[in-house]
Amino acid sequence: MATYTMKEAKPAPTANKGVVFWLRENLFPDVKNTLLTLAGLYILYAIIPPLLDWMIFNATWTGTKEEVVNSGARWIFIVEKFDQFMYGFYPEALHWRPNLVGILSIALIFGFKYISSVKLKIATIILFPIICFVLISGGWFGLEVVETEKWGGLMLTILVAAVGIVASFPIGVVLALGRQSNMPILRTLCIGFIEFVRGVPLITILFMASVLLPLFFHDGIEFNKLLRALIGITLFQAAYIAEVIRGGLQAIPKGQYEASEALGLTYWQGMILIILPQALKISIPNLVGSFISLFKDTTLVLIIGLFDILAMVTLTNSDTNWLGYEVEGYVFVTLIYWVCCFSMSQYSKSIERKFNTEH
Amino acid sequence: MTNKQLPVDGKGLLNNPQHRAIFFQVFALALVVFFAFYFANNMFDNIESRGITTGFSFLDNTAGFGISQTLIPYDDGTSTFMDVFIVGLLNTILVSVLGIIFASIIGLLLGVARLSSNFLISKLALVYIETFRNIPILLQILFWYNVVLAALPGPRQSFAYLDSVFLNNRGLLLPEPIFQSGSGAVLVAFVLAIAAIIYLIRWSRKRHDDTGEEFPIIKVSLAILILAPTLVYFIAGQPITAIYPELKGFNFRGGLTIIPELLALLFALSIYTATYIAEAVRAGIEAVPKGQKEAAKSLGLKDYVILTKVVLPQALRVIIPPVINQFLNLTKNSSLATAIGYPELVTLFSGTTLNQVGQAIEIILMTMAVYLTISILISLLLNWVNAKMAIKGR
Repeated sequence: MATYTMKEAKPAPTANKGVVFWLRENLFPDVKNTLLTLAGLYILYAIIPPLLDWMIFNATWTGTKEEVVNSGARWIFIVEKFDQFMYGFYPEALHWRPNLVGILSIALIFGFKYISSVKLKIATIILFPIICFVLISGGWFGLEVVETEKWGGLMLTILVAAVGIVASFPIGVVLALGRQSNMPILRTLCIGFIEFVRGVPLITILFMASVLLPLFFHDGIEFNKLLRALIGITLFQAAYIAEVIRGGLQAIPKGQYEASEALGLTYWQGMILIILPQALKISIPNLVGSFISLFKDTTLVLIIGLFDILAMVTLTNSDTNWLGYEVEGYVFVTLIYWVCCFSMSQYSKSIERKFNTEH
Repeated sequence: MTNKQLPVDGKGLLNNPQHRAIFFQVFALALVVFFAFYFANNMFDNIESRGITTGFSFLDNTAGFGISQTLIPYDDGTSTFMDVFIVGLLNTILVSVLGIIFASIIGLLLGVARLSSNFLISKLALVYIETFRNIPILLQILFWYNVVLAALPGPRQSFAYLDSVFLNNRGLLLPEPIFQSGSGAVLVAFVLAIAAIIYLIRWSRKRHDDTGEEFPIIKVSLAILILAPTLVYFIAGQPITAIYPELKGFNFRGGLTIIPELLALLFALSIYTATYIAEAVRAGIEAVPKGQKEAAKSLGLKDYVILTKVVLPQALRVIIPPVINQFLNLTKNSSLATAIGYPELVTLFSGTTLNQVGQAIEIILMTMAVYLTISILISLLLNWVNAKMAIKGR
């Protein structure tokens, strides 16, 4: 009887592994792809070296503007105007206040999960915005008052985005629940609001907030420019958040609704304890996406006369000592926005991957 | 052991869910009506105390300001605010339509490049998408306008292509087509060619259903579309000519000028929106199960047939709704033109006209109504497309 002897598997032929194989498979498999690769390499060659030269190797990082000899970017402009880009016209001696708010916010974001008691958590959530507001605007505890006209730069951008997301979130949840409820009048009102806001550009809502809002109230009630912009942005964002949360609500199986009713929970108990925790969890990636759009949309406040970080480019270039530095300004602001938005979108993708349990 | 006494009869007025629903709704409605009334009341008080006129009669007044780009005849001295409104609306539509065309082309190419088996091409497309979708659109508009286009040379040093297309800091100059008598025949030929192609498509589809024979429909229709109008053009004695832009003194005369504001807006809008369209295209093609492609391949179909008959029909169902949404977003984003002063609806109407007339309520409502109408029209289109593309069950 013949016996079968196991043989060692042969190693893959050298032509099927290694760098050369990868290159041939992915970059040069046939004539068409070789041409495409060469075109791609040419694009890289045409863009990367000049860009690096301009941004790093030929750039001027220190010194005064009279000493500039290199042809690249003159980053000394950014260094010189850095405070304005960050804080606008906020008094220099008081910069510690927004800085403190920034540090507190980061501490809150990372330390929030270590707060054990729920009551303490709720108290923090309610108290935190008040502390931030008092710190930045002053007026109490002997802090010097800083008018909102002086707020600007990245500080204002982050403030508008933060207020936009925090204030619009509860309104968005209520609107989403209203849209999903079975009360016809309530539903119609919510649908009307959401579709109206989503149908018009943000800029018209901002115009409405800045021009029409003062007409809607008594003469005695004054809104400053910043507050009007915030109201406009909050209403706008609320409609988009509502749609995102509605997506989450619709993804919850009907059995969950029925189970909460079968347990005898009231509408709000069922929503808060059973439905919303699940719906919000699956909407997180889209909520982050919506927040990214809001962050990008904060640039629009410059059209109604607020000085966010983008407006600072034009403003710092109107300094007669520093004319013609727009390119550096725009590139700097672009980098800031890009880093923020890109990291947020990567974060949302990582959450999506974590939640994605299907294979 | 005593049982805790539960209220047995839940018959209180508010314990009945139906009554409660009515109560809540009446309460919500009353709240809305109250605020509407309160705002309206204050509004009329304020309007009266500030001496603002109301009504739409201002539309008949003479506007009296110049507009840098108009698609209809417009005169500083005699045209009314209604004309301004129409000029702005047409310019909004112009920039949206052009932007949609360019964004679709770039987005389609990028989406296909993103799926390419070529590592470098796919990663280049990824870098493009991640770069431009993470930069605010307003920043991109301002960058193109204030940095790139402002750096272009003056008319005398303009970039010239074939002595007919010029690019300088006053804009892009193109030859302007002039339609002389007889050019109607070319138009008729063009329309007839399209009609013939539609008929041809129907015929070839029917023949394909009956006999299974393929007809080279794309090549033949392209040939008809190009040859028929060209033939008529030469037979009719070349009725369409062009005026070329010419440098006279310090500026160009003649030709079609595309103002730098429009260029900047088009660049920014199409580059930005293309990233979203590319992602939609990629997601749509990836949504087609791999088994479909493998099944088609094992049937022995050619790559081209697999793409057009198996992958695309299924992918389009996923691609088209988000792409139409992006078209709507592009139209809404075109309102940012007001930051660089391109004369579209928001710039002309919510900007200049509002400053001159001061009737904020009417003007902002009219502007919003235009955008609302556009988005309702686009959602109707979307619903129609969705219904048309829905998988037909048997």
